[in-house]
Amino acid sequence: MIELDETDRAIVRALAADATLSAGALGRELGLSQPAAWRRIKRLREAGVFRGARLDLDGAALGFGVTVFLGVKLAAKGRASLGDFERAVQAIPEVQTVEHILGMYDYRLRVVARDVPDFERVLRRRIMALPGVGSVDANVLLSEERRPGPLG
Amino acid sequence: MLDDADRRILRQYQATPEAPMSDLAERCGLTATTLSRRLDRLRASGVLRGVRGVIDWQVLGYAVEVSLRVTLDKSVPRAFDEFLARAREVPEVIEIQTFLGQVDVRLSVIARDLAHYQELYREKLLALPHMTDLEALMHIARLKGDETLPV
Repeated sequence: MIELDETDRAIVRALAADATLSAGALGRELGLSQPAAWRRIKRLREAGVFRGARLDLDGAALGFGVTVFLGVKLAAKGRASLGDFERAVQAIPEVQTVEHILGMYDYRLRVVARDVPDFERVLRRRIMALPGVGSVDANVLLSEERRPGPLG
Repeated sequence: MLDDADRRILRQYQATPEAPMSDLAERCGLTATTLSRRLDRLRASGVLRGVRGVIDWQVLGYAVEVSLRVTLDKSVPRAFDEFLARAREVPEVIEIQTFLGQVDVRLSVIARDLAHYQELYREKLLALPHMTDLEALMHIARLKGDETLPV
């Protein structure tokens, strides 16, 4: 765990919003010299504060009109092959995230599809065909908002 | 409106959002100038909204992540709006999603440890308005999380 001061928190907030910001641009925004900003960014990155970066794309404009969260419960006998399930589910291109969850069900999947018929295809041909799948519950995403989190 | 070169760019760019532009151009088989012109166009049309840094909250001392699945009282006309407005005031809520299905809203909540989560739960989360049902799922591991779109 890394201790952050006020300036570090401002840097983390700024890079979370725009990972492409240069040390120079960040420095100007925060009243730091370019080298000072660079040193701080380096320290944050080396500590692993950022898992990486992701492109924020307009899915609907790219033809992905439907996002569905699936709660997957493995069948009792499927638990022996947890590894098989995990490998196979991660290989499905329409599955954007796979999270291992405690309670109610075992995994939460975020699935994108072009439309409802396309989602049905992914569900029947890909998800239901995974090794060890028991029951699946689905919630269709209507809106999504990411918050800055507790960064002061 | 998107052609094959745009799709190639988005595929490659999604795979390595932090690679230098010169590498990206090479992998897409484009010159740096063409790549930057096409990226400008993708940004201008709103397809590419930005490149976000993904924070590892564990490294910042937030070891616990909980999914709160909430059902709201639909007999209250403004239940959604009022609930969402209040949820936004809780800094530890890092994601808010609304759904069509059994669940109305899902909140991603982070906490430093279980004691901190319990405090959040009692003092801030249970105080959110118009909830009829609330269910907490504890996050154990993220196996895939790049949110890549299969363009």
